[in-house]
Amino acid sequence: MPVSQTLNVNGKTVAINIDDADMPLLYALRNDLGLHGPRFGCGLGQCGACTVHIDGAAVRSCVMPLSALGDKAKIVTLEGLGTPERPHPVQKAFIDAQAAQCGYCINGMIMQSAAFLTAHKNPSEADIKNALANNLCRCGTHARIVRAVKNAASA
Amino acid sequence: MNEHVRKTEFSASRRSVLLGGGALVVSFSLGGSPDTVLAQDARPAKSVAKDEVDAFLAVDSNGAITVYSGKVDLGTGVPTALAQIVADELDVPLTAIKMITGDTALTPDQGTTSGSFSIQNGGMQLRQAAATARNALLIEAAKLLGASKDGLIVIEGKVSAKSGGKSLTYAELIGGRQFALKLDAAAPTKNPAAFKLVGQSITRPDIAEKTTGRFTYMQDFRVPGMLHGRIVHPPAFGAKLESVNDESIRTIPGIVKVVRDGDFLGVVAESEWAAIKGARQIKASWSKAETLPEQAKLWDYVRATKVAKDEVTSNVGDTAAALAGAGKKLSATYDFAIHTHGSIGPSCAIAEFKDGVLTSWSASQATHALRRQLAEMFAMPVDKIRCIYVEGSGCYGRNGHEDAAAEAALMAQAVGKPVRVQWMRADEHGWDPKGPPTLIDLRASLDAAGNVTAWESEFFMPQGGPPGSVVALLPAALAGMPTSQQMSPGGVTGNSAIPYKFPNVKTVCHRLESTPFRPSWIRAPGRLQNVHANESFMDELAAAAGADPLEFRLKYFDPAETRGREILDRLAALAKWEKRPSPQRGNTGNIARGRGITYVKYELVRTYIGAVAEVEVDRTSGDIKVMRFFIVHDCGQIINPDGVKAQIEGNVIQTVSRTLLEELAFDRSMVTSLDWASYPILTFPKIPEIVIELIDRPTEKPWGAGEPTASVVPSAISNAVFDATGVRMRSVPYTPDKVKTALRGA
Repeated sequence: MPVSQTLNVNGKTVAINIDDADMPLLYALRNDLGLHGPRFGCGLGQCGACTVHIDGAAVRSCVMPLSALGDKAKIVTLEGLGTPERPHPVQKAFIDAQAAQCGYCINGMIMQSAAFLTAHKNPSEADIKNALANNLCRCGTHARIVRAVKNAASA
Repeated sequence: MNEHVRKTEFSASRRSVLLGGGALVVSFSLGGSPDTVLAQDARPAKSVAKDEVDAFLAVDSNGAITVYSGKVDLGTGVPTALAQIVADELDVPLTAIKMITGDTALTPDQGTTSGSFSIQNGGMQLRQAAATARNALLIEAAKLLGASKDGLIVIEGKVSAKSGGKSLTYAELIGGRQFALKLDAAAPTKNPAAFKLVGQSITRPDIAEKTTGRFTYMQDFRVPGMLHGRIVHPPAFGAKLESVNDESIRTIPGIVKVVRDGDFLGVVAESEWAAIKGARQIKASWSKAETLPEQAKLWDYVRATKVAKDEVTSNVGDTAAALAGAGKKLSATYDFAIHTHGSIGPSCAIAEFKDGVLTSWSASQATHALRRQLAEMFAMPVDKIRCIYVEGSGCYGRNGHEDAAAEAALMAQAVGKPVRVQWMRADEHGWDPKGPPTLIDLRASLDAAGNVTAWESEFFMPQGGPPGSVVALLPAALAGMPTSQQMSPGGVTGNSAIPYKFPNVKTVCHRLESTPFRPSWIRAPGRLQNVHANESFMDELAAAAGADPLEFRLKYFDPAETRGREILDRLAALAKWEKRPSPQRGNTGNIARGRGITYVKYELVRTYIGAVAEVEVDRTSGDIKVMRFFIVHDCGQIINPDGVKAQIEGNVIQTVSRTLLEELAFDRSMVTSLDWASYPILTFPKIPEIVIELIDRPTEKPWGAGEPTASVVPSAISNAVFDATGVRMRSVPYTPDKVKTALRGA
């Protein structure tokens, strides 16, 4: 029997019906809430395309079962960070640097970087690269991504 | 609502209006006789014929211009560049242009989006369509304004006499009506000196949406009433499905149907998670199959594969005699591992059968070809199938999108509802068609003065169908449905011949009858492998001659090759190239630094690139770190410099990854590198700095930039490693183990 579970996503409390508490958060965000920011890449926590913030920390939503979420967990997705009209500083830096090719990985790059920059105010280039070491990009946009994060850090 | 979805819906409604209300269309045409107008009326309104202006362009009653492009965005941002070309040619602002791409009902068949031809071919067809349209509009305006055509000027889509007076907008001249014109190859195109948009780094409009979650990728796309499908691909290539226990997943809520057809097995469910669980948990038994060679003996296997035919790609003088004569002889064998495409988002598609029509949404790089393949597979008339492109995760060649499209169609037919199929990571790594293994033997001789007297090479690569060949559809093969089965590795013979003048040259491609994995093209197919061997071996010859590798190349240039010479001259300045032979002397520390140079004239007919790589080799660990790449790039007329730079950066980073790390792993049954841990790619801490110099030639033809830079990367690294250590890497990937083995042998 489906049961109702409430989630706090992008500042709103929403209720979804689930029949399996082991379902990863990613599917709830994409299919029940219709969000496009978090993306399925590997389902294994290896690539980072699905990254969201849970209580400010960058988390791989493809391996985060709904059952593991606390009642008070505050989930923020790429959409909750900003919009094309009012982008978050990291989003703005990515747009300014044209730091996307296909852009499929970019959700993870931005979510990982935004969480990292909250905790690290003046990172070096090497710090940024290490912070993103577990986020994969296949198009080879890395150089622009690093530049964008650096610009966001000094903005 | 997302822009992409809006566009798609716009296309659909436009199509239905046009089809349903033929009387609305073609009440007026430019340059068409009444007969032409009648002929226009008698067929579907939206032309997709490649020789007709209406296939490419429409101007609505508000003056908005829709550009219909068969070339699609695989992650390069090329639609922005295509819009720049058209807007400039028509003298309209970029904001007046809307792009519709890859919809078989609406866009012309401009061939597969591949081979760095989107601007070189696709863009030039668009330019000619726009030039033809503009010419016709000016002729019409001249009549209406009572002015001479040559005395007209167009500013932001408004035509007036240069001397001023009344103006006419494109909307007034043609808005909502068809041009009914053939593409005119003689229609004058704009003087490059007057370009306002071409040559500018126009910002891509999709990036703001992609960075904020507003963009709709194929993986996000949904249609009403849609179900979710997942595929249970066989555990081994060639395994037969012996039995399936449908009951094994009965307890999963939301399972709709287990679809079995021959060796095809899929699960359809109401929710995506139920489909995933169903495909994971279903009990099925498969026959054992061991069709693959032993990985450790791959190169013996390739060498022993029957040759279907030889293609001699160059033959000058008598290499056999020269190689049998006096002088210094060199020979080497180069090999290049099997690679997977590795798109970050796995292949995805939706299909719907409704009222006898199959609609397929996918990120296929060739929707017109896919349409023909689906027609073959389902024995349907091609005009009952519509394939619509929806942009997916980055695509670097024929990956699994077409297979997913066919799987979605197979399951949609089985359940009578639209079905969305998305591959899991293991499907993508395991079942995408692969870049085939390539083996290359080279031989050369030098005279006493260090001049090259002969160059001979043999390439062992799979045979392939003619240009435009397609890769067989996976589910059709599994289900025993019709699907053309010719091998399609892509243009793998390109750059097997060389850009250097030696007295005796022979280059032969042995086209192999088979290859272990279903082959397809991955970025710069063949040319990547061939340039790796040729430019590394060229470096071996330079070292044997005791010559500076840059000067050694220049020495053998055709004197007429001025653009190539300029590339190397500018590269020497950019990279502060120090003239000396490799390897450098006195490099004895644990970390050895070196630099290597490479040159390509892509396919010997287009884009020129010179590259210098700087590397650090850790002698203890065997680790190669690419520190820096200098690239000088001449693709003729540049449409969008920032777009070209992005492609160069992407090519360098992706190909450093392929060169240092990537190699498909497999046992006798199946691919075993089924995730990112077992098939690692380059990560941030290892990316090189990339320094780019673009040579813009506004009056020349625009050539491709999407893949040629890939071809220079492996040899630049091989040459730099040699410069640093004196050992030659000839086998991609250059793993630490191979480096250590080579160093031990040095």
